[in-house]
Amino acid sequence: MIISVASGKGGTGKTTVATNLALSIENVQFIDCDVEEPNANVFFNAEINEKEDVTVEIPKIDKEKCNYCGKCSEFCAYNALAVVPSDVLVFPELCHSCGGCELVCPQDAVNWKKKSVGRIEHGAANGVDFYHGLLNVGEIQAIPVIKALKKKVDKDKNVILDAPPGTSCPVIESVGCSDYCILVAEPTPFGLHDLKLMVEVVRHLYIPFGVIINRDGVGDKKVELYCQNEKIPVLMKIPHSEEIARLYSKGISFVNELPDWRDNFQNLFSRIQSEVNA
Amino acid sequence: MKQLTVISGKGGTGKTSITAAFASLADDAVFADCDVDAADLHLILKPQIKKTIGFHGLKLACIDKDQCIDCKKCYDSCRFGAIDEEINLIKESCEGCGVCEYVCPVDAITMVDRDSGFAYISETRFGPMAHAVLKTAEEASGKLVTVVRENAKKLAEEKKKDMVIIDGPPGIGCPVIASLTGVDLVLIVTEPTLSAIHDLERILGVAHHFEIPAVVCINKYDINLDNTKRIEQYCKNNGIKVVGKLPYDTIVTEAMIHEKNVIEFSDGELQNNIIHMWNKIREVL
Repeated sequence: MIISVASGKGGTGKTTVATNLALSIENVQFIDCDVEEPNANVFFNAEINEKEDVTVEIPKIDKEKCNYCGKCSEFCAYNALAVVPSDVLVFPELCHSCGGCELVCPQDAVNWKKKSVGRIEHGAANGVDFYHGLLNVGEIQAIPVIKALKKKVDKDKNVILDAPPGTSCPVIESVGCSDYCILVAEPTPFGLHDLKLMVEVVRHLYIPFGVIINRDGVGDKKVELYCQNEKIPVLMKIPHSEEIARLYSKGISFVNELPDWRDNFQNLFSRIQSEVNA
Repeated sequence: MKQLTVISGKGGTGKTSITAAFASLADDAVFADCDVDAADLHLILKPQIKKTIGFHGLKLACIDKDQCIDCKKCYDSCRFGAIDEEINLIKESCEGCGVCEYVCPVDAITMVDRDSGFAYISETRFGPMAHAVLKTAEEASGKLVTVVRENAKKLAEEKKKDMVIIDGPPGIGCPVIASLTGVDLVLIVTEPTLSAIHDLERILGVAHHFEIPAVVCINKYDINLDNTKRIEQYCKNNGIKVVGKLPYDTIVTEAMIHEKNVIEFSDGELQNNIIHMWNKIREVL
């Protein structure tokens, strides 16, 4: 079973929920798909014992064969190629590796070379099989790194997938194929606005979902009212607590210090499990 | 004209609340919400939309099943897995490259414009604003960010404003890079948590990579004073100025509920520190 944790708005507590849930149940594989800013390992401290480079293919023009006809740059939807009288400029960061330039080249002058965009890392901690991905600094495309991570999904395990913030491509790529999605929301106007966007996304993808309200007590009751009106289950409320905030700031998962919460997360997991299997 | 982008790496550190507060302090600025995925600045600035412009991101393949001869060339050629074996388009995966259209021997595929969202030109009680909304499950948010920034720049030129203040998205990828390329300064809003410190290092790396000067604001500095010291030390070691330290205050959320920024809402230490920080940023710029 794959449970993804997403939010729309950043900083609402995705990683808090995902890591505490992972530390409360058995047979877990944890995948941090926020490859731009991965934070889960701040809480797991998994020792990384395997690293894998993530590469994409970008065109390499054979200047012996090229006759500078310009068909490749004309075709490229991403403006990743520019043909000047005696040269072809390739802009690797714009290339989507679609392969179109090779197809249209009448001279068979397009070859491919690998370009690193990031890496994925594997380790273990507290019995959790841990993966995260790191997009190279200055690199645009997070999707290939997320795709590489998702290939590691082990369906025999309880897979917890920590998604990036936002609602566009990296989020869709991360939560796609999940059996269930937990949306973490904070009870503020910003929180509500972005929760509504994320609800549209998971409905669009037909993924069953529920909401966890984090920092319950700050703000207002509108997130709860919205969930009631939309018949969205509120799975859990995590109170606004100085203790929890303090532990978070130090990189400590609160189930390790407040063991009652372990039961709460186990109950949450059972509830999701029975809903998915129903 | 100067451009300032407020970013953070980690989400939820207070970018938008701080940008909204700046709106009260900048007399002559245009505001741009470049967090097009999950835009929130409009909830405080309450823009009146003057102009709506349709945004077409990437193209989209459109398959005419009546013409299709099921040769599967498109399925074999698509590098994005956007066409399944029954030759149905998986819209979410299509990146609009046009390879399927090119390989189709019977012209059954056409690339069409994709309605990906809207860009808006608006007026607020603080001045002009450029913003946008990306439709559910659409791609090309970086491209839409670029549209918002172009609109903001045009607005500044038309209305003779001397500054563009940009509210950026979280992360370090495509929309973030689109939000900060070519600006004069980035303000990085961080908080004293281990997660935020980790993210700060990466976002500073991005600013450095694009050679954009950066200054740092430590928000909610009093929730962990040890970590605040760590951030200050780190910035000092790397020659980065800490322009502000803001205390944790529930007034931020209260002001938000009243659809106001903190400067409009009330006075206090937090507000004084924001004013102080704004003056420092003006100096740097």
